[in-house]
Amino acid sequence: MDNRRWLWPCLLTALVITSLMSVSIGPLQISPSVSFSAVINWATQIDIGSVAPHEQLVIDQVRLPRTLLALAVGAVLAQCGAVMQGLFRNPLADPGIIGVSSGAAFGAAICIVLFPQGGEYAVAISAFLAGLVTTLVVYRLASSPSGTSVVLLLLSGVAVAALAGAGIGLLTYMADDMALRDLTLWQLGSIAGAQWHYVILSLIALAVVSWQFNRSAKALNALLLGEAEARHLGLDVDKLKLKLIVLCAIGVGISVAATGIIGFIGLVVPHLVRMMVGPDHKQLLPLSAILGAALLALADIGARAIVAPSELPVGLVTALIGAPFFIVLLLKQRSKLV
Amino acid sequence: MNNSTQSQPAAIAAHLSNVSRTTVIELEHLSVRIGQKPVLTDINLKLKAGEVTALLGPNGAGKSTLLKSLCQEIELEAGRINIHQQPLTQWDRQNLAKSLAVLPQHASLTFPFQVHQVVEMGLYPLTLSQQQGEQLIDSQLEQVALSHLKYRSYPTLSGGEKQRVQLARVLTQLAQSDKPPILLLDEPTSALDLAQQHRVLKLVKSLAHEQNYAVVVVLHDLNQASRYADRLVILQQGEVVSDGPPHEALTPATIRQVWQYDPIVVNEPGQLTPLLF
Ligand SMILES: Nc1ncnc2c1ncn2[C@@H]1O[C@H](COP(=O)(O)OP(=O)(O)OP(=O)(O)O)[C@@H](O)[C@H]1O
Ligand SMILES: [Mg+2]
Repeated sequence: MDNRRWLWPCLLTALVITSLMSVSIGPLQISPSVSFSAVINWATQIDIGSVAPHEQLVIDQVRLPRTLLALAVGAVLAQCGAVMQGLFRNPLADPGIIGVSSGAAFGAAICIVLFPQGGEYAVAISAFLAGLVTTLVVYRLASSPSGTSVVLLLLSGVAVAALAGAGIGLLTYMADDMALRDLTLWQLGSIAGAQWHYVILSLIALAVVSWQFNRSAKALNALLLGEAEARHLGLDVDKLKLKLIVLCAIGVGISVAATGIIGFIGLVVPHLVRMMVGPDHKQLLPLSAILGAALLALADIGARAIVAPSELPVGLVTALIGAPFFIVLLLKQRSKLV
Repeated sequence: MNNSTQSQPAAIAAHLSNVSRTTVIELEHLSVRIGQKPVLTDINLKLKAGEVTALLGPNGAGKSTLLKSLCQEIELEAGRINIHQQPLTQWDRQNLAKSLAVLPQHASLTFPFQVHQVVEMGLYPLTLSQQQGEQLIDSQLEQVALSHLKYRSYPTLSGGEKQRVQLARVLTQLAQSDKPPILLLDEPTSALDLAQQHRVLKLVKSLAHEQNYAVVVVLHDLNQASRYADRLVILQQGEVVSDGPPHEALTPATIRQVWQYDPIVVNEPGQLTPLLF
């Protein structure tokens, strides 16, 4: 089991390389060494030279917030996915698939269209609240003491997502042009035009969520035994579930407010990590955070590179990778479905 | 033939006088209703540390329900449960978990944990250092004869192996108990082969007699129950119909009444209780 220690340095290296690529690649090509210096300049506020002012400007204003946002949101979504899978005791749960992202997007849309003067924090808060309600509804619909049936879970997700989609559709009729552009972007998911206050908000969400999730790692393991068994081990199961649901709603809500709906990160990443280190949440959660960050940054590089000089929404890229992956997982589970 | 000296009257009497037997579980006028159906009616029991109590009865008699009500999985219609002289509802969950552990009839773990990780979950209520924890896990795996499967993925085990892993997990949980530990086992031998059945029951019996555990075990094999338990409690349609040491509680007449089955009775020399078929 401890022969998996190599995984940590491997994933961390991948994370650093992807981040550096993400800062370097774009319409203005900057060499990795220069962008590395630029990041150091930015971080220390000491000019170590060798970076042209326009390059420094591009990195400070555009590339760095974008990269950080991708990293933070990727890490948050991957961990939320892992936790939801534990909570539902079902490896197919994912914020996108079970409709929580759609719910949060609906909340964000309400705020954008009906209260346009509310500002970004209002959008984030209403996305969180809507995400929370959606999670609770889906949880109620799909779970039973003996676990969560895949069929019920996916159907609940479909129903909730349809409802949220209809709500967003309705809102688009009331929206002015500005809001409409925002809404479209939200539904596809995009990290372009990342703003610093969303970066900071996402980083705070990442810190809070990672800290609390990791404190619950052992409890999450016990929960996988079954709710009754977890109670027998002395766990306050209801409190734990509520705490995890609220944290997931915070994570997904802020992510959706910042970048719109980015699907499948929460499904693909924990699955890959589980294949490498098994389901123990003590390992699964931190490694999912690292891989999730790297993967979303990579997807964002793809979004920029595939149709350069134009751009794809990153949600499209994650769906292109994630949906086939999901289908494969479904096929593997098919024997259990019927 | 003489390896069964423990079940002879003299041995029992000696055992009785050696151990101070404190009451650890008290059930008073316990009734449980599920929907409209009365599942348990007016159960009164006092269970003691240092004893193996076997819970017997036909399918649907309410054995699992009785265990579930002992671990607060089911709401009582009436009655009281005291654990270590304190009402069950007033216990702090984590404290209770240190001295009361439950092996459910069915386990439903589908995630691919390794065997030692499943046993490790039993450490949850405990405060042990990493090293102590690992030692404990190893010794529990050895007790159920599964050391060789330590790193196997749990879902790939056979039914009986899974059952023994769960037993090891449950035993781990009681390692730090400051009171006589209470062990509730719902059909721990249902998936085991003959040798493993005896191994597990022997283990359970030695825990009770040597480490003062209070064990309540649901069994279907009457012969094994008579051989390994100090006391039999027989349930029929939610009521206790017989209660006492094996040779008193389990008579051919009781069996005919409770199971509607006419047993063949074979008296084995040197055995207090006859064999039933
Ligand atoms: N959730 C439930 N809903 C309805 N009836 C129930 C429920 N749980 C138990 N019962 C009923 O209560 C009775 C006692 O059930 P219990 O599981 O305690 O039986 P048991 O003695 O453990 O039987 P077995 O030997 O088959 O395990 C049964 O008749 C069962 O049908
Ligand atoms: Mg039962």
